[in-house]
Amino acid sequence: MSNYDAIIIGAGHNGLTNAAYLAKAGLNVVVVEKNEYIGGAAVTRELQEGWKYSNCSYVCSMMRQAIHRDLDLAKHGLILVPYLGNINFGDGDERLLSYHNEEAAHLELKRHSPHDADAMHRFQTDLTRYSQLIRKTLMRTPPDPTSFRPRDIMELLYLAKQFWKLGEKELYEYVRFFTMSAAEYLEDYFENDLIKAAMASPGIIGTALGVYSPGSSYILLHHVMGDVDGSIGAWGLARGGMGAISNAIAGAVNEFGGEIRTNSGVQKILVENRKAVGVVLENGDEIRARIVVSNLDAKRTFTRIMDKNDLPDGIYDKAKNFKIRGSSGKVNIALSGMPKFTGVPENRYVARGGQVFTGSLETMERAYDCWKHGRWSDDPFIESVIPSAWDPTVAPPGQHWMSNFVQYCPAELSDGPWTPEKRDQFGESVIKKIEGYSPGFRDLIVHMEVRTPYEIEKEIGLTEGNIFQGELTIDQLFFNRPFPGYGQYRMPVKNMYMCGSSTHPGGGVSSVCGANAAREILMDLRRTNTVPEDDFYDE
Amino acid sequence: MTTTDPYAGERLKRTAFYARAKELNIRDAWAAWNGYKFAEYYYDAEYEYFCVRNTCATYDICPMQKYEIKGRDAEAMLNRMVTRDVKKIGLNRVAYCVWCTDEGRMIDDGTIFKLADDRFMLTCGSPCTAWLEMSVFGFDDVTVTDVTDDIAALSLQGPTSCATLKKMGLQGIDTAKPFDILYFPFQGDTLMVSRTGFTGDLGYELWIKKDLAIEMWDELYAAGDDYGIQPFGEAATNMARLEAAFIMPAMEFNEALRTVNFEHDQTPFELSLGWLVDFKKPHFSGRSALLKEKQRGPKYTLTKLDIEGNRPAAGSYIYSSKLCTKEIGYVTSAMWSPSVKANIALAMIKTDYLEGNLWAEIYYEKELRQYSRVARCTRKTKPFWAPARARATPPPDH
Amino acid sequence: MDHYDSIIIGAGHNGLVAAAYLARSGQQVLLLEAADVCGGLGRKREFHPGFQGSVAHSVSHFSSKIANDLSLSSFGYESPTNSLATVGLSSDGQHTVVKDGRVEGVGEKDAAAYQEYRRQMRRFADALSPFWLKTIPRIGSAGMSDLMTFGHLGLNIRKLGKKDMREFMRIATLPVRDLMDENFENDILKTTLGWDGLIGSKLAPRSPNSAVLAMLYRMAGESEGTHAIPAGGVAGLIDALCQSAKASGAEIRHSAAVSRILIEGGADGLVATGVQLADGQKIMASRVVSSADPKSTFFNLVGVEHLDIGFTNRIRRLRCDGYVGKLHLALNGAPEFAGLDKADGRMIIAPKLDAIEFAYDDAKYGECSRNPVMEIVVPSLHDASLAPENQHVLSAHVMYVPHKLQGGWTDAARVAIGDRAIETIAQYAPNIRAQIIHSEFLTPADLEADYGVTGGHWHHTEMAVDQMLMMRPTYEAAQYGTPVPGLYLCGAGSHPGGDITGNAGHNAAQEILR
Repeated sequence: MSNYDAIIIGAGHNGLTNAAYLAKAGLNVVVVEKNEYIGGAAVTRELQEGWKYSNCSYVCSMMRQAIHRDLDLAKHGLILVPYLGNINFGDGDERLLSYHNEEAAHLELKRHSPHDADAMHRFQTDLTRYSQLIRKTLMRTPPDPTSFRPRDIMELLYLAKQFWKLGEKELYEYVRFFTMSAAEYLEDYFENDLIKAAMASPGIIGTALGVYSPGSSYILLHHVMGDVDGSIGAWGLARGGMGAISNAIAGAVNEFGGEIRTNSGVQKILVENRKAVGVVLENGDEIRARIVVSNLDAKRTFTRIMDKNDLPDGIYDKAKNFKIRGSSGKVNIALSGMPKFTGVPENRYVARGGQVFTGSLETMERAYDCWKHGRWSDDPFIESVIPSAWDPTVAPPGQHWMSNFVQYCPAELSDGPWTPEKRDQFGESVIKKIEGYSPGFRDLIVHMEVRTPYEIEKEIGLTEGNIFQGELTIDQLFFNRPFPGYGQYRMPVKNMYMCGSSTHPGGGVSSVCGANAAREILMDLRRTNTVPEDDFYDE
Repeated sequence: MTTTDPYAGERLKRTAFYARAKELNIRDAWAAWNGYKFAEYYYDAEYEYFCVRNTCATYDICPMQKYEIKGRDAEAMLNRMVTRDVKKIGLNRVAYCVWCTDEGRMIDDGTIFKLADDRFMLTCGSPCTAWLEMSVFGFDDVTVTDVTDDIAALSLQGPTSCATLKKMGLQGIDTAKPFDILYFPFQGDTLMVSRTGFTGDLGYELWIKKDLAIEMWDELYAAGDDYGIQPFGEAATNMARLEAAFIMPAMEFNEALRTVNFEHDQTPFELSLGWLVDFKKPHFSGRSALLKEKQRGPKYTLTKLDIEGNRPAAGSYIYSSKLCTKEIGYVTSAMWSPSVKANIALAMIKTDYLEGNLWAEIYYEKELRQYSRVARCTRKTKPFWAPARARATPPPDH
Repeated sequence: MDHYDSIIIGAGHNGLVAAAYLARSGQQVLLLEAADVCGGLGRKREFHPGFQGSVAHSVSHFSSKIANDLSLSSFGYESPTNSLATVGLSSDGQHTVVKDGRVEGVGEKDAAAYQEYRRQMRRFADALSPFWLKTIPRIGSAGMSDLMTFGHLGLNIRKLGKKDMREFMRIATLPVRDLMDENFENDILKTTLGWDGLIGSKLAPRSPNSAVLAMLYRMAGESEGTHAIPAGGVAGLIDALCQSAKASGAEIRHSAAVSRILIEGGADGLVATGVQLADGQKIMASRVVSSADPKSTFFNLVGVEHLDIGFTNRIRRLRCDGYVGKLHLALNGAPEFAGLDKADGRMIIAPKLDAIEFAYDDAKYGECSRNPVMEIVVPSLHDASLAPENQHVLSAHVMYVPHKLQGGWTDAARVAIGDRAIETIAQYAPNIRAQIIHSEFLTPADLEADYGVTGGHWHHTEMAVDQMLMMRPTYEAAQYGTPVPGLYLCGAGSHPGGDITGNAGHNAAQEILR
């Protein structure tokens, strides 16, 4: 049995990032992964021969370029190619295309509402301002506001300064934006319902909130604050699927001498004298190390692979109360050809973007109501993309694969547990909706994989299949993430850390959580920091 | 979408004069303005510029935003929006205006045409629909209609512009004083002509129903043939306007509603447009902020500079000494002025340093090698180019 | 008198409080009220001959400082000592009763959890409590006393200690449902305690960010937010405020609707100089203080031509749609709720948090709740003057009733929701229908028409975190002064917000006298 400096539990992209930075600092690290493949929710899986599904996460916007460059992910095979916009499908015949070209996008908005086309400039300006503020906090460890340590006070002052730089008016506007519902916030800008719906839709992706729930406008920002090469809000696809990201980071881990063990699920984190000392694998093997880093979500970490008695008072309850609600499903479809959508021009550029089955604010909200009642909606919100339109590696030539992210899908149904039949019915609701916009769609289907929160939790280990590893509401953001007092990656048991999306800044394929945790760990181990500072395009 | 062109939604729109402009744009040098296909230049920017200064030339201003503002409260609504006193605009007169946020930062500039006591036309460079909607709220009787696509507009600028219009048959055009509006019958409809422009020279702007655009163009060009008429594009416009020291959005000012960073937009006082702010008129948006700004003095002042040498100072910093130790401003627009044979620039300079020495650090390229030099700047108080003919009524024939 | 120091528009409780304070300081004060009696939403309303109610049917955190300052006790108002029990009605008659810091009708675990919950919420409420009676300064201004206010707030939160401070920063934005689920098991207890975070707002149990602040706001003061009906009812308090204001020299005119705030302009800018009444009469004053809601004040009385465009938009976008309807029943006897000896508490009908959530879901699409939830008080049990002998008045706040009903409000729609509310009550008080002599249902649209409150919103504008503190109603007008010199706000649309507290009136007066 070898002795390691660090064990990282879970080879998701954050775990791998964490391992890469620790290994880079010269630590002897091992990443243990329960599945036979690495990547967690950033994976590429060939479930049908010739088709490679990014069957969990499907889009990349938050990956910090500082990490991308620093770990030399390009060398390890990663290239991110930006989307060229979206088609929003309204209820009925309405379509809103977000063209890549600014003039064209403006004209398209104007076709729906000249007022909104103009207001979009103000909206984009304001959103950029808020994004810039949040982005400055991403690769920094949140301060503990209850602490008097110089580091925390300095960090609070840094934050205060960033807020101050907004100017008084924008500061208040920021509070408004940060706490309101996406739908109500957008009232100040737009009048056209489809435009409002299209703009609000990122506010519900992955969350147990609706477009009318306060707090959803922050979720909106969380999805659009990333960038591809400095253009804020742009989304990109990883060539070869999302697994290419994990594989590239794993390449970096290997390069720095780290070890990755698959088929090695952790049964328990070993705690002795209130210190984490290693893990016991499901096969009974014991691995010991100076520190243990969990990339699992907070609920799973503390309630499933730790003994309640090993935890200080109250932590178990905090973990139990941690909000990690399953609200999304995923339907991955192999297609024998490119589907045609009604009301959409057969324009080679338009196909190189996403398809968003937005409906209207009310459609989205009613889908949320269904979720509250413990059922899926017959008229779900679906965010789709056909990556094979510009990634030649993920489907046979002339054939395609389509990723369909579905909001909402409950983790627990009101009429009893998930069954394969119910799963298929859920999948059918998605096909039916798409078929409504693309007659004949069904006939193109070669293979499909339907994933409800139940499947996602079972395979990936995300509690309730929550894509963010925990809701992104203020009570679970920043220094409150995952719990107040534990916002700095160190956990209540000594020598134990967390590095997943349950920590600041939360979900998304960003690698930030893993990198931030590595920085804190190296500080504790008195090693030279290997984690780069974030860099910004001059904003 | 019933069109057969799958790219229709992505293509730029064509202005009412496109059929003629296309024939004359032999270099296919197109740019975009507000979603319209728009000439960067037609033949050669400098040649077109000299047509503006030497003969006459037309500039297609169809893409400029045009709003008709009508109703009993139209005047009150506009008066609360812009900083000038709209009440003081005479009937059939035009006034240059700016409008600001509550914080006194400039949203845009434009012109107001008073067409009747209860009917105005507002023109501006970028869409203003959303701000107008906000401005209209609370007024009972005022409607705003975007007439950009209904009205074709062509600017005719240069010393022979009046003569051309006379030849075209516009009787009495020579009586129009600067900022006057006159009306002429044209093919059963009305041709509106205002003595306005963006070149600092003698010039007019012609406004006609879209359907008659080509007919008007043809008559104008037939009349202008003997007077050297020529279309000019954005490049020549930018030269002419800089000589006249007119400001441009995204050059001299950043539209406030599109400004991300705090106070990276400008106030009218910073842009040396204090004369447009009338504190004696009824309340207007931004008034208290602007009053404070006026009392305190603007942080920066837009300044006209005549710079040593011949290398344009585009993008240069301005310093208070030749040693370039203290940076006190930056150049917003710069060029060699062919008319006055001077190296001219507009620059934002910290007001406190205006009276002292001004130096520009100019970077330039010579056969791929980069050079820099520090050049002395002289402040100008008058526009670089302001010929008497621009104001004379009646204007000279050439 | 042709020139006053201050004219106050609206004799709701905040207008009265402001008038009393200003008059006591020696100002010549004129208070103008459109209705023929004082009180606004707290005034008596005879909805059937001999039967009276008021839209606000109980008092929970009226400031004792104000009561003392204005000597209300000498005008017949005593801070109520006998608080109402809050009763979560259960269809099986096993009601949950919260009274005097104890809870009955729940399991031991919940009863114990309640003590810890109450301790902690009490601490949080106490930390915030001084700031409801203070102007919250603009962040942009940096006067010493302004910094002190923020320093004080920071210190109060620090003083909670590490553990509670962390918990405070976490729960401050929690939805009611999460807070309750974390603490309790009993559904009725959850709705009963969560109710005060939701009542009067467009918020449901699953809505994050604002509900806990509303709860803590309502827990400020000595009474811990427990409700009471003062001697003489809510109108008794109003009456005492009227008398106190008059005794201090304030002049009160009824049936004197203000049609316009007079604003004069000059080279120095605008200034409010007085008001014009509906009959055309002009009355001049050094300042005008409006207790009307912000939208009415700025759009109906000031006029947008006197306001900046951005400011106008910030007022325009205030969320002012009310979601509470008011049911008044004239009963021929005391209502009998199954399992309840006497209906003298504040009774809440909301079987589960999700019942509230689903009631809200209907309203967010502009429909009335299919299964409304409500708060019921029988004020005539506490104030016999409200109904003929042995007869009673039942007063209920019914949620959720949208201000903008799809298809618009009609008599039929009003009857339908009124009926649904009675039907709901009948599930708990089976004899109620037989007891009804007369019923009245006031929709938010009715409240708007009868009381002049935009959207029929109790709190004039939503008590959401982005519309609270130094952002209420918007940052340029949050310190009671407005962009128009000489014009002040003193109503529920100003910090700290709605409910019968008098705080906004008090704070505005302090700001004017500063």
